[in-house]
Amino acid sequence: MGRDDFIISARSVFLNKGNRQKFSLLTLIIISIIILSLEYFKSGPINQIRMITKDVIIKSSYVVSAPFKSISKSYFSLIDHFNMYDEYEKLKIAETKNKNLTLENNFFKEENQRLKKLLDEKNLYKEEFYVTKVLLDQKSPYLRSLLINKGFKHGIKLGAAVRSDSYFIGKVVDSNYLTSRILLISDLNSKIPIVIEPGSVSAILSGTGNNDLGEIEYLPEKKNIEEGGIVYTSGSDGVISSGIPIGKIVLDNNQPKVDYFADFTQINFVKVYYKK
Amino acid sequence: MSIINKTYSTFLAIFPVIILFISVLTNSKHNFTYDENYLSFNISYIIIFFWTLKRPEYFGYGFIFFSGILNDVIQNNPLGISSIEYLSICVLTGFVRTRIILQNLIYDWVFFLISILIVGSINYIILVYIFNIPIVYNSLLLGLFATFLIYPLLAKILSWIDNVVQVRINDKKNK
Repeated sequence: MGRDDFIISARSVFLNKGNRQKFSLLTLIIISIIILSLEYFKSGPINQIRMITKDVIIKSSYVVSAPFKSISKSYFSLIDHFNMYDEYEKLKIAETKNKNLTLENNFFKEENQRLKKLLDEKNLYKEEFYVTKVLLDQKSPYLRSLLINKGFKHGIKLGAAVRSDSYFIGKVVDSNYLTSRILLISDLNSKIPIVIEPGSVSAILSGTGNNDLGEIEYLPEKKNIEEGGIVYTSGSDGVISSGIPIGKIVLDNNQPKVDYFADFTQINFVKVYYKK
Repeated sequence: MSIINKTYSTFLAIFPVIILFISVLTNSKHNFTYDENYLSFNISYIIIFFWTLKRPEYFGYGFIFFSGILNDVIQNNPLGISSIEYLSICVLTGFVRTRIILQNLIYDWVFFLISILIVGSINYIILVYIFNIPIVYNSLLLGLFATFLIYPLLAKILSWIDNVVQVRINDKKNK
Protein backbone atom coordinates (compact mmCIF):
# COMPACT_ATOMS: atom_id res chain seq x y z
CA MET A 1 0.00 0.00 0.00
CA GLY A 2 1.46 3.33 -1.04
CA ARG A 3 1.69 6.23 1.39
CA ASP A 4 -0.93 8.24 -0.53
CA ASP A 5 -3.28 5.26 -0.65
CA PHE A 6 -2.93 4.83 3.09
CA ILE A 7 -3.72 8.51 3.73
CA ILE A 8 -6.75 8.33 1.45
CA SER A 9 -7.98 5.18 3.26
CA ALA A 10 -7.41 6.76 6.68
CA ARG A 11 -9.28 9.92 5.67
CA SER A 12 -12.11 7.83 4.26
CA VAL A 13 -12.38 5.70 7.42
CA PHE A 14 -12.05 8.42 10.04
CA LEU A 15 -13.70 11.44 8.46
CA ASN A 16 -16.26 10.27 5.89
CA LYS A 17 -19.67 9.82 7.36
CA GLY A 18 -20.88 7.49 4.61
CA ASN A 19 -24.46 6.47 3.93
CA ARG A 20 -26.89 7.03 6.80
CA GLN A 21 -24.05 7.82 9.27
CA LYS A 22 -24.69 10.89 11.39
CA PHE A 23 -21.27 10.99 13.08
CA SER A 24 -17.76 10.38 11.82
CA LEU A 25 -15.66 7.76 13.57
CA LEU A 26 -13.08 10.34 14.61
CA THR A 27 -15.72 12.47 16.39
CA LEU A 28 -17.07 9.48 18.31
CA ILE A 29 -13.60 8.23 19.30
CA ILE A 30 -12.76 11.70 20.64
CA ILE A 31 -16.06 11.78 22.59
CA SER A 32 -15.27 8.32 24.02
CA ILE A 33 -11.82 9.48 25.15
CA ILE A 34 -13.35 12.58 26.79
CA ILE A 35 -15.94 10.42 28.61
CA LEU A 36 -13.17 8.04 29.69
CA SER A 37 -11.09 10.90 31.06
CA LEU A 38 -14.11 12.10 33.08
CA GLU A 39 -13.81 8.88 35.13
CA TYR A 40 -11.24 10.71 37.25
CA PHE A 41 -14.01 12.98 38.63
CA LYS A 42 -15.49 10.98 41.47
CA SER A 43 -17.70 13.73 42.90
CA GLY A 44 -19.69 16.78 41.85
CA PRO A 45 -22.20 17.18 39.01
CA ILE A 46 -20.31 14.86 36.63
CA ASN A 47 -20.57 12.06 39.15
CA GLN A 48 -24.30 12.75 39.60
CA ILE A 49 -24.93 12.62 35.86
CA ARG A 50 -22.95 9.38 35.71
CA MET A 51 -25.02 7.87 38.54
CA ILE A 52 -28.33 8.80 36.89
CA THR A 53 -27.10 7.37 33.57
CA LYS A 54 -26.08 4.15 35.29
CA ASP A 55 -29.47 3.89 37.06
CA VAL A 56 -31.38 4.29 33.80
CA ILE A 57 -29.20 1.77 31.94
CA ILE A 58 -29.28 -0.82 34.73
CA LYS A 59 -33.09 -0.63 35.00
CA SER A 60 -33.45 -0.93 31.20
CA SER A 61 -31.04 -3.84 31.15
CA TYR A 62 -33.16 -5.57 33.80
CA VAL A 63 -36.26 -5.26 31.59
CA VAL A 64 -34.47 -6.46 28.43
CA SER A 65 -32.81 -9.43 30.12
CA ALA A 66 -36.04 -10.54 31.84
CA PRO A 67 -37.02 -13.08 29.11
CA PHE A 68 -33.50 -14.60 29.14
CA LYS A 69 -33.62 -14.76 32.92
CA SER A 70 -36.94 -16.59 32.83
CA ILE A 71 -35.49 -19.14 30.36
CA SER A 72 -32.57 -19.86 32.69
CA LYS A 73 -35.00 -20.01 35.65
CA SER A 74 -37.12 -22.60 33.81
CA TYR A 75 -34.00 -24.63 33.07
CA PHE A 76 -32.98 -24.68 36.74
CA SER A 77 -36.50 -25.55 37.89
CA LEU A 78 -36.53 -28.46 35.42
CA ILE A 79 -33.20 -29.71 36.82
CA ASP A 80 -34.58 -29.30 40.35
CA HIS A 81 -37.64 -31.29 39.34
CA PHE A 82 -35.52 -34.23 38.17
CA ASN A 83 -33.42 -34.14 41.34
CA MET A 84 -36.43 -33.91 43.63
CA TYR A 85 -36.38 -37.47 44.96
CA ASP A 86 -32.65 -37.46 45.80
CA GLU A 87 -33.05 -34.09 47.46
CA TYR A 88 -35.97 -35.39 49.50
CA GLU A 89 -33.92 -38.32 50.82
CA LYS A 90 -31.06 -36.00 51.75
CA LEU A 91 -33.40 -33.52 53.40
CA LYS A 92 -34.99 -36.24 55.53
CA ILE A 93 -31.60 -37.00 57.06
CA ALA A 94 -30.71 -33.33 57.37
CA GLU A 95 -34.02 -32.54 59.09
CA THR A 96 -33.23 -34.90 61.97
CA LYS A 97 -29.80 -33.34 62.41
CA ASN A 98 -31.29 -29.85 62.21
CA LYS A 99 -33.77 -30.51 64.99
CA ASN A 100 -30.93 -31.42 67.34
CA LEU A 101 -28.89 -28.43 66.20
CA THR A 102 -31.80 -26.02 66.74
CA LEU A 103 -32.17 -27.17 70.32
CA GLU A 104 -28.43 -26.83 70.84
CA ASN A 105 -28.45 -23.42 69.17
CA ASN A 106 -31.25 -22.13 71.40
CA PHE A 107 -29.32 -23.22 74.45
CA PHE A 108 -26.16 -21.42 73.27
CA LYS A 109 -28.14 -18.28 72.37
CA GLU A 110 -29.59 -18.04 75.85
CA GLU A 111 -26.24 -18.75 77.39
CA ASN A 112 -24.62 -16.09 75.22
CA GLN A 113 -27.19 -13.46 76.20
CA ARG A 114 -26.75 -14.32 79.86
CA LEU A 115 -22.96 -14.01 79.63
CA LYS A 116 -23.23 -10.73 77.69
CA LYS A 117 -25.37 -9.32 80.46
CA LEU A 118 -22.76 -10.37 82.98
CA LEU A 119 -20.04 -8.64 80.94
CA ASP A 120 -22.30 -5.59 80.38
CA GLU A 121 -21.35 -5.62 76.68
CA LYS A 122 -23.19 -3.35 74.29
CA ASN A 123 -23.73 -3.96 70.60
CA LEU A 124 -21.27 -1.82 68.71
CA TYR A 125 -23.33 -1.86 65.55
CA LYS A 126 -27.03 -1.32 65.52
CA GLU A 127 -27.92 -2.49 62.06
CA GLU A 128 -30.94 -2.49 59.84
CA PHE A 129 -31.26 -4.24 56.53
CA TYR A 130 -33.25 -4.18 53.33
CA VAL A 131 -34.29 -7.32 51.56
CA THR A 132 -33.74 -6.30 47.97
CA LYS A 133 -34.12 -7.81 44.54
CA VAL A 134 -31.12 -8.68 42.39
CA LEU A 135 -31.56 -6.88 39.06
CA LEU A 136 -28.60 -8.37 37.21
CA ASP A 137 -25.79 -10.75 37.97
CA GLN A 138 -22.40 -10.47 36.33
CA LYS A 139 -20.23 -13.54 36.25
CA SER A 140 -17.27 -13.10 33.98
CA PRO A 141 -13.61 -13.94 34.66
CA TYR A 142 -13.00 -10.28 35.51
CA LEU A 143 -16.10 -9.47 37.44
CA ARG A 144 -18.37 -11.31 39.80
CA SER A 145 -20.93 -8.85 40.99
CA LEU A 146 -24.65 -8.28 41.52
CA LEU A 147 -26.71 -5.22 40.73
CA ILE A 148 -29.45 -4.54 43.26
CA ASN A 149 -32.57 -2.42 43.42
CA LYS A 150 -31.49 -0.05 46.23
CA GLY A 151 -29.16 2.92 46.13
CA PHE A 152 -27.95 5.76 48.30
CA LYS A 153 -31.48 7.19 48.32
CA HIS A 154 -32.27 4.24 50.62
CA GLY A 155 -29.23 4.79 52.83
CA ILE A 156 -26.97 2.21 51.18
CA LYS A 157 -23.35 3.22 51.60
CA LEU A 158 -20.07 1.99 50.16
CA GLY A 159 -18.70 -1.01 52.04
CA ALA A 160 -22.09 -2.13 53.40
CA ALA A 161 -22.29 -5.87 54.11
CA VAL A 162 -24.57 -8.03 51.99
CA ARG A 163 -25.97 -11.41 52.96
CA SER A 164 -27.82 -14.16 51.19
CA ASP A 165 -29.89 -15.92 53.86
CA SER A 166 -27.55 -15.77 56.85
CA TYR A 167 -24.33 -15.94 54.89
CA PHE A 168 -22.01 -13.12 53.93
CA ILE A 169 -21.71 -12.84 50.16
CA GLY A 170 -20.05 -9.49 49.52
CA LYS A 171 -20.07 -5.75 50.00
CA VAL A 172 -21.37 -2.67 48.21
CA VAL A 173 -18.69 -1.16 45.95
CA ASP A 174 -20.73 1.29 43.89
CA SER A 175 -23.84 3.11 45.06
CA ASN A 176 -25.95 5.00 42.51
CA TYR A 177 -29.15 6.90 43.27
CA LEU A 178 -31.52 3.93 42.89
CA THR A 179 -29.22 0.97 42.28
CA SER A 180 -26.00 -0.41 43.75
CA ARG A 181 -23.32 -2.87 42.75
CA ILE A 182 -22.20 -5.63 45.10
CA LEU A 183 -18.75 -7.12 44.70
CA LEU A 184 -19.06 -10.82 45.53
CA ILE A 185 -16.47 -12.44 47.79
CA SER A 186 -15.53 -14.74 44.92
CA ASP A 187 -14.42 -11.77 42.76
CA LEU A 188 -10.74 -11.49 41.98
CA ASN A 189 -10.49 -8.10 43.68
CA SER A 190 -12.37 -9.03 46.85
CA LYS A 191 -10.34 -8.98 50.10
CA ILE A 192 -12.27 -9.55 53.34
CA PRO A 193 -10.79 -9.75 56.85
CA ILE A 194 -11.86 -13.04 58.41
CA VAL A 195 -11.50 -15.07 61.55
CA ILE A 196 -11.31 -18.86 61.48
CA GLU A 197 -12.86 -20.87 64.29
CA PRO A 198 -11.85 -22.81 66.33
CA GLY A 199 -8.67 -21.03 67.29
CA SER A 200 -9.71 -17.44 66.37
CA VAL A 201 -7.12 -17.25 63.60
CA SER A 202 -7.22 -13.94 61.72
CA ALA A 203 -6.52 -13.82 57.98
CA ILE A 204 -7.69 -12.30 54.72
CA LEU A 205 -10.11 -14.07 52.39
CA SER A 206 -9.37 -13.42 48.75
CA GLY A 207 -11.60 -14.29 45.79
CA THR A 208 -10.16 -16.12 42.81
CA GLY A 209 -12.68 -15.16 40.16
CA ASN A 210 -12.72 -18.53 38.43
CA ASN A 211 -13.77 -21.21 40.89
CA ASP A 212 -15.90 -21.74 43.95
CA LEU A 213 -13.12 -21.89 46.55
CA GLY A 214 -11.74 -18.74 48.18
CA GLU A 215 -8.07 -18.34 49.02
CA ILE A 216 -6.76 -17.50 52.48
CA GLU A 217 -3.95 -14.98 52.67
CA TYR A 218 -1.75 -13.71 55.52
CA LEU A 219 -2.21 -16.84 57.63
CA PRO A 220 0.10 -16.92 60.66
CA GLU A 221 2.77 -19.55 59.94
CA LYS A 222 2.56 -21.25 63.33
CA LYS A 223 -1.21 -21.67 63.23
CA ASN A 224 -2.52 -24.96 61.97
CA ILE A 225 -5.83 -24.77 60.18
CA GLU A 226 -7.93 -27.90 60.20
CA GLU A 227 -10.45 -29.01 57.63
CA GLY A 228 -14.03 -28.20 58.63
CA GLY A 229 -13.21 -24.98 60.48
CA ILE A 230 -15.79 -22.21 60.06
CA VAL A 231 -14.86 -18.87 58.53
CA TYR A 232 -16.56 -15.71 59.81
CA THR A 233 -16.12 -12.01 59.06
CA SER A 234 -13.73 -10.52 61.63
CA GLY A 235 -15.10 -6.98 61.48
CA SER A 236 -11.58 -5.59 61.77
CA ASP A 237 -12.15 -3.22 58.83
CA GLY A 238 -14.68 -1.35 61.00
CA VAL A 239 -17.36 -1.44 58.29
CA ILE A 240 -18.60 -5.04 58.18
CA SER A 241 -19.93 -6.55 61.40
CA SER A 242 -18.05 -9.43 62.94
CA GLY A 243 -19.28 -13.00 63.17
CA ILE A 244 -21.15 -13.33 59.87
CA PRO A 245 -20.60 -16.87 58.57
CA ILE A 246 -18.88 -17.11 55.17
CA GLY A 247 -17.89 -20.73 54.61
CA LYS A 248 -15.93 -23.68 55.87
CA ILE A 249 -12.33 -24.75 55.46
CA VAL A 250 -11.53 -27.45 52.94
CA LEU A 251 -8.07 -28.71 52.03
CA ASP A 252 -7.15 -28.41 48.37
CA ASN A 253 -3.68 -29.90 47.70
CA ASN A 254 -2.99 -29.49 51.44
CA GLN A 255 -3.72 -25.78 51.15
CA PRO A 256 -6.62 -24.47 53.25
CA LYS A 257 -9.31 -22.94 51.05
CA VAL A 258 -12.77 -21.61 51.82
CA ASP A 259 -15.85 -23.39 50.53
CA TYR A 260 -18.56 -20.71 50.56
CA PHE A 261 -21.86 -21.47 52.26
CA ALA A 262 -23.81 -19.31 49.84
CA ASP A 263 -24.68 -20.59 46.36
CA PHE A 264 -23.83 -17.64 44.11
CA THR A 265 -25.51 -19.11 41.06
CA GLN A 266 -29.10 -18.69 42.18
CA ILE A 267 -29.33 -15.56 44.27
CA ASN A 268 -32.55 -13.64 43.65
CA PHE A 269 -32.86 -11.60 46.84
CA VAL A 270 -30.20 -10.31 49.21
CA LYS A 271 -30.09 -8.52 52.55
CA VAL A 272 -28.19 -5.23 52.40
CA TYR A 273 -27.18 -3.86 55.76
CA TYR A 274 -27.03 -0.19 56.60
CA LYS A 275 -26.25 1.66 59.80
CA LYS A 276 -28.75 4.07 61.32
CA MET B 1 -51.66 0.23 6.46
CA SER B 2 -48.90 2.58 5.35
CA ILE B 3 -47.97 3.25 8.99
CA ILE B 4 -47.60 -0.50 9.57
CA ASN B 5 -45.47 -0.82 6.44
CA LYS B 6 -43.31 2.13 7.51
CA THR B 7 -42.85 0.70 11.01
CA TYR B 8 -41.98 -2.69 9.54
CA SER B 9 -39.40 -1.13 7.19
CA THR B 10 -37.86 0.84 10.06
CA PHE B 11 -37.74 -2.31 12.17
CA LEU B 12 -35.93 -4.19 9.40
CA ALA B 13 -33.47 -1.33 8.94
CA ILE B 14 -32.56 -1.22 12.63
CA PHE B 15 -32.71 -4.98 13.17
CA PRO B 16 -28.88 -5.40 13.35
CA VAL B 17 -28.75 -2.62 15.96
CA ILE B 18 -31.47 -4.34 18.00
CA ILE B 19 -29.42 -7.56 17.99
CA LEU B 20 -26.35 -5.61 19.16
CA PHE B 21 -28.26 -3.93 22.01
CA ILE B 22 -29.76 -7.23 23.18
CA SER B 23 -26.31 -8.79 23.07
CA VAL B 24 -24.84 -5.96 25.16
CA LEU B 25 -27.69 -5.80 27.67
CA THR B 26 -27.62 -9.55 28.27
CA ASN B 27 -23.83 -9.73 28.33
CA SER B 28 -23.77 -11.77 31.53
CA LYS B 29 -25.43 -14.69 29.76
CA HIS B 30 -22.53 -15.25 27.34
CA ASN B 31 -20.26 -16.88 29.88
CA PHE B 32 -19.88 -20.63 30.16
CA THR B 33 -17.84 -22.67 32.59
CA TYR B 34 -15.79 -25.53 31.20
CA ASP B 35 -13.44 -27.46 33.47
CA GLU B 36 -13.42 -24.59 35.99
CA ASN B 37 -12.44 -22.13 33.24
CA TYR B 38 -14.73 -19.36 32.17
CA LEU B 39 -15.29 -19.14 28.45
CA SER B 40 -16.44 -15.62 27.93
CA PHE B 41 -17.67 -15.04 24.37
CA ASN B 42 -17.77 -11.45 23.27
CA ILE B 43 -20.65 -11.67 20.84
CA SER B 44 -20.77 -7.87 20.46
CA TYR B 45 -17.35 -7.95 18.75
CA ILE B 46 -18.66 -10.45 16.19
CA ILE B 47 -21.88 -8.52 15.52
CA ILE B 48 -20.07 -5.20 15.07
CA PHE B 49 -17.32 -6.72 12.94
CA PHE B 50 -19.74 -8.59 10.73
CA TRP B 51 -22.16 -5.75 10.05
CA THR B 52 -19.67 -2.92 9.74
CA LEU B 53 -17.77 -5.05 7.23
CA LYS B 54 -20.74 -6.28 5.21
CA ARG B 55 -23.36 -3.59 5.50
CA PRO B 56 -22.20 -0.48 7.34
CA GLU B 57 -25.15 1.56 6.04
CA TYR B 58 -27.44 -0.33 8.45
CA PHE B 59 -25.18 0.04 11.44
CA GLY B 60 -24.82 3.63 12.65
CA TYR B 61 -21.59 4.52 14.46
CA GLY B 62 -23.66 6.50 16.97
CA PHE B 63 -25.50 3.32 17.96
CA ILE B 64 -22.19 1.46 18.29
CA PHE B 65 -20.85 4.23 20.53
CA PHE B 66 -24.01 4.10 22.67
CA SER B 67 -23.90 0.29 22.94
CA GLY B 68 -20.34 0.66 24.27
CA ILE B 69 -21.59 2.97 27.01
CA LEU B 70 -24.32 0.44 27.89
CA ASN B 71 -21.74 -2.34 28.05
CA ASP B 72 -19.49 -0.30 30.35
CA VAL B 73 -22.30 0.37 32.81
CA ILE B 74 -23.29 -3.29 32.92
CA GLN B 75 -19.73 -4.59 33.13
CA ASN B 76 -18.70 -1.90 35.67
CA ASN B 77 -15.91 -0.73 33.36
CA PRO B 78 -14.77 2.89 33.20
CA LEU B 79 -17.31 4.63 30.95
CA GLY B 80 -16.07 4.98 27.38
CA ILE B 81 -13.67 2.04 27.19
CA SER B 82 -16.04 -0.30 25.31
CA SER B 83 -17.01 2.52 22.94
CA ILE B 84 -13.34 2.92 22.07
CA GLU B 85 -13.03 -0.86 21.54
CA TYR B 86 -16.12 -1.06 19.35
CA LEU B 87 -15.18 2.01 17.33
CA SER B 88 -11.66 0.57 16.87
CA ILE B 89 -13.28 -2.48 15.26
CA CYS B 90 -15.16 -0.09 12.95
CA VAL B 91 -11.86 1.62 12.03
CA LEU B 92 -10.27 -1.73 11.20
CA THR B 93 -13.23 -2.97 9.15
CA GLY B 94 -13.30 0.41 7.42
CA PHE B 95 -9.70 -0.13 6.29
CA VAL B 96 -10.52 -3.62 5.03
CA ARG B 97 -13.53 -2.33 3.09
CA THR B 98 -11.39 0.22 1.30
CA ARG B 99 -8.72 -2.34 0.37
CA ILE B 100 -10.58 -5.58 -0.41
CA ILE B 101 -13.07 -6.03 -3.23
CA LEU B 102 -14.03 -9.69 -2.85
CA GLN B 103 -14.66 -11.03 0.62
CA ASN B 104 -14.78 -14.58 1.83
CA LEU B 105 -15.24 -16.23 5.18
CA ILE B 106 -11.63 -17.36 5.65
CA TYR B 107 -10.18 -13.87 5.00
CA ASP B 108 -12.81 -12.37 7.28
CA TRP B 109 -12.03 -14.91 9.98
CA VAL B 110 -8.28 -14.25 9.89
CA PHE B 111 -8.85 -10.52 9.87
CA PHE B 112 -11.31 -10.90 12.75
CA LEU B 113 -8.54 -12.56 14.79
CA ILE B 114 -6.18 -9.66 14.08
CA SER B 115 -8.91 -7.15 14.97
CA ILE B 116 -9.86 -8.72 18.29
CA LEU B 117 -6.20 -9.08 19.27
CA ILE B 118 -5.70 -5.35 18.63
CA VAL B 119 -8.92 -4.47 20.47
CA GLY B 120 -8.04 -6.84 23.35
CA SER B 121 -4.65 -5.13 23.65
CA ILE B 122 -6.31 -1.70 23.79
CA ASN B 123 -8.66 -3.00 26.49
CA TYR B 124 -5.78 -4.50 28.51
CA ILE B 125 -3.59 -1.39 28.23
CA ILE B 126 -6.36 1.03 29.29
CA LEU B 127 -7.62 -1.12 32.18
CA VAL B 128 -4.28 -2.22 33.61
CA TYR B 129 -1.93 0.68 32.88
CA ILE B 130 -4.26 3.69 33.06
CA PHE B 131 -6.95 2.62 35.56
CA ASN B 132 -4.90 0.05 37.51
CA ILE B 133 -7.70 -2.51 37.33
CA PRO B 134 -6.20 -6.01 37.57
CA ILE B 135 -7.54 -8.46 34.99
CA VAL B 136 -6.50 -12.06 34.40
CA TYR B 137 -4.44 -12.06 31.22
CA ASN B 138 -5.06 -15.76 30.55
CA SER B 139 -8.82 -15.35 30.85
CA LEU B 140 -8.72 -12.39 28.47
CA LEU B 141 -6.79 -14.42 25.89
CA LEU B 142 -9.01 -17.48 26.40
CA GLY B 143 -12.11 -15.30 25.91
CA LEU B 144 -10.71 -13.79 22.72
CA PHE B 145 -9.77 -17.22 21.42
CA ALA B 146 -13.25 -18.58 22.18
CA THR B 147 -14.78 -15.57 20.39
CA PHE B 148 -12.47 -16.23 17.41
CA LEU B 149 -13.55 -19.90 17.27
CA ILE B 150 -17.28 -19.20 17.18
CA TYR B 151 -16.97 -16.46 14.53
CA PRO B 152 -17.69 -18.70 11.47
CA LEU B 153 -20.80 -20.15 13.08
CA LEU B 154 -22.20 -16.79 14.13
CA ALA B 155 -21.18 -15.23 10.80
CA LYS B 156 -23.27 -17.86 9.01
CA ILE B 157 -26.26 -17.12 11.25
CA LEU B 158 -25.83 -13.36 10.80
CA SER B 159 -25.49 -13.82 7.02
CA TRP B 160 -28.75 -15.71 6.99
CA ILE B 161 -30.44 -12.95 9.05
CA ASP B 162 -28.95 -10.35 6.71
CA ASN B 163 -30.28 -12.19 3.64
CA VAL B 164 -33.77 -12.41 5.16
CA VAL B 165 -33.71 -8.68 6.00
CA GLN B 166 -32.46 -7.75 2.53
CA VAL B 167 -35.12 -9.86 0.80
CA ARG B 168 -37.84 -8.18 2.89
CA ILE B 169 -36.43 -4.71 2.17
CA ASN B 170 -36.26 -5.42 -1.58
CA ASP B 171 -39.81 -6.79 -1.53
CA LYS B 172 -40.98 -3.55 0.08
CA LYS B 173 -39.17 -1.48 -2.55
CA ASN B 174 -40.64 -3.49 -5.45
CA LYS B 175 -44.22 -3.26 -4.21
